[in-house]
Amino acid sequence: MNPPVVAFEPFTEEHQAFRRVVREFAEKELAPHARAWDEAGEFPRALFPRFGELGLLGIRHDPAWGGSGLDYWYVVAYAEELVRSRSGGLGTGMLVQGEMATPIIGELGTDEQKREFLAPALRGERIAALAISEPDAGSDVAAIRTRARRVGAELVVSGAKTWISNGTRADFLTLAVRTGEDGYGGISLVTFPTDVAGFQVSRRIEKVGNLCSDTAQLFFDECRIPARFLLGEENAGFGYIMTGFQGERLVAAVTAVAGAQLLIEDAIQYGQERKAFGRPIGTFQAWRHRFADHMSRLEAARWLTYRACDLFARGQVALREISMAKLVACDLAQEIAYDAMQFHGGMGYVLESDVARAWRDLRLLPIAGGTSEIMRELVSRSAGM
Amino acid sequence: MPLKILVTAKRVEDPESKIKVKPDGTGIVTDGVNYKMNPFDEIAVEEALRLKEKHGGEVVVASIGADKSMTEIRAALAMGADRGILVKHDGPLDPFVVSAILDKLFEKEKPDLVLLGKQSIDDDQNQVGQYLAERRGLGQATFASKTESLESEAEQKKQPGVVLAADGKSLRVVREVDGGLVTVDVSLPAIVTCDLRLNKPRFASLPGIMKAKKKPVEEIVAASLGVDLAPKVAVKKLSEPPKRQGGLKVADVPELYAKLKGEAKVL
Repeated sequence: MNPPVVAFEPFTEEHQAFRRVVREFAEKELAPHARAWDEAGEFPRALFPRFGELGLLGIRHDPAWGGSGLDYWYVVAYAEELVRSRSGGLGTGMLVQGEMATPIIGELGTDEQKREFLAPALRGERIAALAISEPDAGSDVAAIRTRARRVGAELVVSGAKTWISNGTRADFLTLAVRTGEDGYGGISLVTFPTDVAGFQVSRRIEKVGNLCSDTAQLFFDECRIPARFLLGEENAGFGYIMTGFQGERLVAAVTAVAGAQLLIEDAIQYGQERKAFGRPIGTFQAWRHRFADHMSRLEAARWLTYRACDLFARGQVALREISMAKLVACDLAQEIAYDAMQFHGGMGYVLESDVARAWRDLRLLPIAGGTSEIMRELVSRSAGM
Repeated sequence: MPLKILVTAKRVEDPESKIKVKPDGTGIVTDGVNYKMNPFDEIAVEEALRLKEKHGGEVVVASIGADKSMTEIRAALAMGADRGILVKHDGPLDPFVVSAILDKLFEKEKPDLVLLGKQSIDDDQNQVGQYLAERRGLGQATFASKTESLESEAEQKKQPGVVLAADGKSLRVVREVDGGLVTVDVSLPAIVTCDLRLNKPRFASLPGIMKAKKKPVEEIVAASLGVDLAPKVAVKKLSEPPKRQGGLKVADVPELYAKLKGEAKVL
């Protein structure tokens, strides 16, 4: 009997053609500025429309609103190549715009919300942010306290949000608010234009890495928005957020694998050029074996991640696989980043080096979008423990 | 006046790849080498698209080589070219043969303008455009460049550097030559080869890549064109350039002078 056909090659010729263009764009137009953007603490706003023009913000979004309506593997190819911009901060900004803050609007929004928020976001004209975490509620989403009271045809929003990527420049937020009872059953999502009275960016948060991505603390003082800006069903927000997290976590796993891959490629090249004790440092067995371990485990992490991508792309439940992929890939990237820096010696420790930037930027991945500890909770619970 | 433009897109080794010569010197090691469109051809495609955007018309992209050259045709279509022609041929080619094939395509397509890279980066021959002009008895403007810089506003606005005359009968081309720029007018139809500073080629957009899939590409077997496909030039042997020797430190200018004069014999 013939064995079943298993498609181990998820990328078609079109995916690869797209990948080549993103890679060239990242290497030629973005990477040369990665260091300067980190030093400036932001990347140019004009990059949003530039990404929009190249179709990078609407890959899997509905063509009716300016997307390309393509399968998830195009997003995977995009996220993998975006790493070659060598700017985790830029990657964060763009992935929030196209893959985190906006898919839920495409899924649940009214035509008005799609016209007002989604379409301009996919063109890169309006900057989007996803606002869920609060000073007292990070991983514990069910504990958020920012409240939206219904007053006539309006919602009046009061509270605070934190760790909001794109937050200081956002033109609108996909915002989680409490509209009902305590706990997960009283949360709703709204689209929130940031030009309403009472909205304030309370401060810009300075971080360890992703230095050119702005991260904000936001303050809402009796902000009035139309009640029709509710996304989907009232009080059903917790479920939407958990669904949205799946895409965010998956793209984090993909980024971790691609980021670690690039570090290994860089190290191999450096190891051929840099000499110590009369020979290239890449020829020392201690390092060769260390990188052999890293490459082998990274390959395992890649295929676990691709398995999760495959389930997600086909609309299957993938909570377990996505949690596993994020846990394994993001934690492994830390070990590889550590050794990549170690391998570069003093050159790895200087702020301006690519390896130092990657080390700083990758450190975010086991924290953002659900910590590794939360991933372990989800994995163990999925096994009935 | 709308222009019909024929433009070339040769498949070459990606300059970012590490190229190694096979030990027996018969070619290069192709394992692990990436391929892409010749960068000078990318400039030609960009210029063709700008001329079309300004004057209307059609951009037809041609590539000669194995089936894999379809990738480079699709890349040009993704940038915005309208249709493609793949002339299928396995085995070695030289500029003389390539120009003979392009001559046949010219006869078939009757373009107003052929835009080519000034040379391909694999073997840097810099002959095809010139041969083609000679074969057709047409005017040629090689090494097209422009007076504005690649950071200028005209470039930002994607203005063509090659300028069509008001009567639509000729082109004004700024040529890059040793020590400066020369401006020439060339009657249409014409052959123009593109130099590095003519423009910055665009990146294909994702919608562009998806549209490229549906654009027509005609496949022609080279042997069916009635052209002598035997190269006039054969590559006998490839070898790596000599490895760079380590430098040395000198104590002062007199010692440097003595070494330059006595040992290096460059003074």
